Amino acid sequence: MAAPSTDINDQAPNRRRLPNERPALEEAATTIVSEAEEMGYPQASCFALRLAIEEAMSNAFRHGHRDLEPDADIELAWDVSPDRITIVVEDQGPGFDPETLPDPTAIENIEKPSGRGLLLIRAYMSSIDFNASGNRVTMVYLHPDKSGD
Amino acid sequence: MPSAESRLRITDESGVTQVGFIDRNILDEANIQQIGEELAEIIDADDSPKLCISFANVDHLSSAALGTLITISNKIKAKNGQLRLAQIDPQIYEVFVITKLNKLFEIHDTTEDAIKSFG
Repeated sequence: MAAPSTDINDQAPNRRRLPNERPALEEAATTIVSEAEEMGYPQASCFALRLAIEEAMSNAFRHGHRDLEPDADIELAWDVSPDRITIVVEDQGPGFDPETLPDPTAIENIEKPSGRGLLLIRAYMSSIDFNASGNRVTMVYLHPDKSGD
Repeated sequence: MPSAESRLRITDESGVTQVGFIDRNILDEANIQQIGEELAEIIDADDSPKLCISFANVDHLSSAALGTLITISNKIKAKNGQLRLAQIDPQIYEVFVITKLNKLFEIHDTTEDAIKSFG
């Protein structure tokens, strides 16, 4: 069984604690996307990254922190390299089992207003993994020219 | 009326309410909530609402924004109204395809086409 690193810094050395305040979230997402742009990732990659970061942070606060104080913060960590980008979002909630989520594209769910964030993250990222307790998601995006496709 | 500054551009022409977004990025949950409330007011004020929502100049859209669109669509259906979406950037259209919401919404390339399609 794969043993993902237990230390957030091993995979993504840049780290920031973020409150649920739009300017801070916006600035953090923009920082990562700007680093990707500077590293030569194409615009489509930047679109994908922006969406995945926003959805992961939103899930952390909306679902992970549902029963916590509004001022509880999340941790965002990232590493941008020429061939891959790793982004880790960890909340302070109890976690969840991603396998139990209903398919939002199923006919019985298509008119429900929520439940699409993880679907979009999976669609746009090369891989995503949750820690055992389900309160930390690690998203990896491979450079489209270097991913071997 | 909402106390905050409107997030929408709204025009009414030939019985169709045309809606555009002020923001290029529809990501901020507070803004998305406000957009939902503003659209709900429009729908509530009409017996059989006809709404055309344009995504011209919209660069990013979150799943929360999609959720608001679904809520709006359900409200319009409940009043036997009609909803059209138009001018969706190809990258954002892909989000609709991934979520299969391109099957739920009637989407047109241009606002003109969308307006012509109202019955």
